[in-house]
Amino acid sequence: MMPLLKPRTGGLLSLMVILVVLPLFFRNAYHYDVAIQSGLNAIVCVGLNLLIGYTGQISLGHAGFFALGAYASAVLTDRYEFAAVGAMIIGAVAVGCLSYLIARPILKLKGHYLAMATLGLGIIISIILNQEEELTGGPDGMPVSSFSFFGWDISGNLTWYGIVALVLLFTVWLALNLVDSPVGRALRAVHGSELAASTMGVDTQRYKVLIFVFSAVLASIAGSIFAHYSGFVSPAEGEFFRSIEFVTMVVLGGMASIFGAVVGAAILTILPQLLASFHDYEMMVHGAVLMGVMIFMRRGLVPTLVHFIRGLRK
Amino acid sequence: MFADFLQFLISGITVGAIYGLVGLGFSVIYNASNVINFAQGEFVMIGGMASVSFLSMGIPMPLAIVLAVVVTTFVGFALEIFAIEPARHNSVVSLIIITIGASIFLRGLAQIIWDRNYHNLPAFSGDDPIKLWGAALQPQSLWVMGGAGIIVLLLWLFFNHSILGKAILATSFNPLAAELVGIDTRRILQISFALSAALGAIAGILVAPIALTYTNVGVMLGLKGFCAAIVGGLGNPMGAIAGGLAVGIAEAFTAGYISSAYKDAVAFVIIILVLLFLPSGLFGRKEIDKV
Repeated sequence: MMPLLKPRTGGLLSLMVILVVLPLFFRNAYHYDVAIQSGLNAIVCVGLNLLIGYTGQISLGHAGFFALGAYASAVLTDRYEFAAVGAMIIGAVAVGCLSYLIARPILKLKGHYLAMATLGLGIIISIILNQEEELTGGPDGMPVSSFSFFGWDISGNLTWYGIVALVLLFTVWLALNLVDSPVGRALRAVHGSELAASTMGVDTQRYKVLIFVFSAVLASIAGSIFAHYSGFVSPAEGEFFRSIEFVTMVVLGGMASIFGAVVGAAILTILPQLLASFHDYEMMVHGAVLMGVMIFMRRGLVPTLVHFIRGLRK
Repeated sequence: MFADFLQFLISGITVGAIYGLVGLGFSVIYNASNVINFAQGEFVMIGGMASVSFLSMGIPMPLAIVLAVVVTTFVGFALEIFAIEPARHNSVVSLIIITIGASIFLRGLAQIIWDRNYHNLPAFSGDDPIKLWGAALQPQSLWVMGGAGIIVLLLWLFFNHSILGKAILATSFNPLAAELVGIDTRRILQISFALSAALGAIAGILVAPIALTYTNVGVMLGLKGFCAAIVGGLGNPMGAIAGGLAVGIAEAFTAGYISSAYKDAVAFVIIILVLLFLPSGLFGRKEIDKV
């Protein structure tokens, strides 16, 4: 296969071109906003997709990690006068440790147990954010200062867009390399048959934990960026429904497809904006998409399309 | 002092019985199909909302309740046929996602059919509390406890003394062997979903006069019922009731003695602790990976 057709080179290159060309079509701040939100969701979904698509585990609590990152940035910069970068790193490290502590014992169990544990963790995080009013501002949320980097205050839509695009590209690059590395092959073996993989000497447990922690840290970083970009955080970011949204994006785009995660995130961020006048039906559409994709297009949008195009060529 | 303790215990047992009933629904479906039905809470919601809406049409209460249970049972039946059946051979993760989709879909549908307001179902036999050593016992609490007790008894009879019940049990032990002796396992699956929906609806109707009913009521009730099922050991019906009581009582005492702000977190802290230290729950059987 020509190198350009490989996802690691061609795919990444196309994504880069799309991200560069896209701003030419933006007419107003609203367009930028939707693009930035899509990008942030995509960062979370790329990580989550590694977990769901490549290890066959599911997390129903990733919004909790996203919110923890957002609040780490908000609280540390606002209440304790940390530098923005420092706050972001502390948030990411804390989320990494938390997810490691949870994942290590629980990933030993089967199938839906991780779903339950992450679900519980996500809800506990969201309850804490709502209740600790002195620290987090409670249900009303709290404002976040702008992101300053060695005296440079990041502001302006194009700048934020550029930063999110760069982080997204880096995340995708990292994920693509991870999938093509021995770790990725081990992960696919875990997905196929965990027992067989471990019989062949794959340390399945270690890889699953690694991916879980990686995806949680990505969510936390996306949360930090979101907090500084929007200038405001509220416990709504960590709600159970947000976690479900992330899972929906991954499933719609295509499990085990890195670009699928990006596409799924973009579609499900833009769709509610288009359906704004049908706000009452938003939930139904969401649910129907989840069920429909899983039943009729089990592999999701991007893999199904790729399969279809390959079929046409032959 | 003692009156407080008794009061917390009563409210704990009351909500615990509800969690137990919801957990029972999880267990029935899990046994028949190894599916965790995340739409279980929506059955609870539909039961409550439908009885409120039948009642407002002027239908007498007992009939409204029966109708609500019937409607919910049909929803459960339809869920199995349209969403679970076509995806029978999908992975666990994809079945989880389907039921989550179903739950969001049903919630969205309910918001369109009914509304987003809170509704009140009148208590079955008045609101005059019974005094008990200084604590107040709502008559509805007795309905909840009694109702849960009767249902457990009926289920026990059903599973142990009826052909259909035994067929469901057989399917849960070994679907292939069940099919070999002539049990229509697809039918069993549909019946399990219908049965579980009915259980959810009854829980929703019993609790509606105590806690108001609204289209999002099923989210927390469903998740806590799920905690109950795990604490008791997934797939063990009596365990689900015990787990429900444990979660309910722990919640009531936390609210009473520690902090009512973190009441809702109790069930989820318990679930994580159980998963960390006692993964098969209190009464569950250990899972063994077969090749």
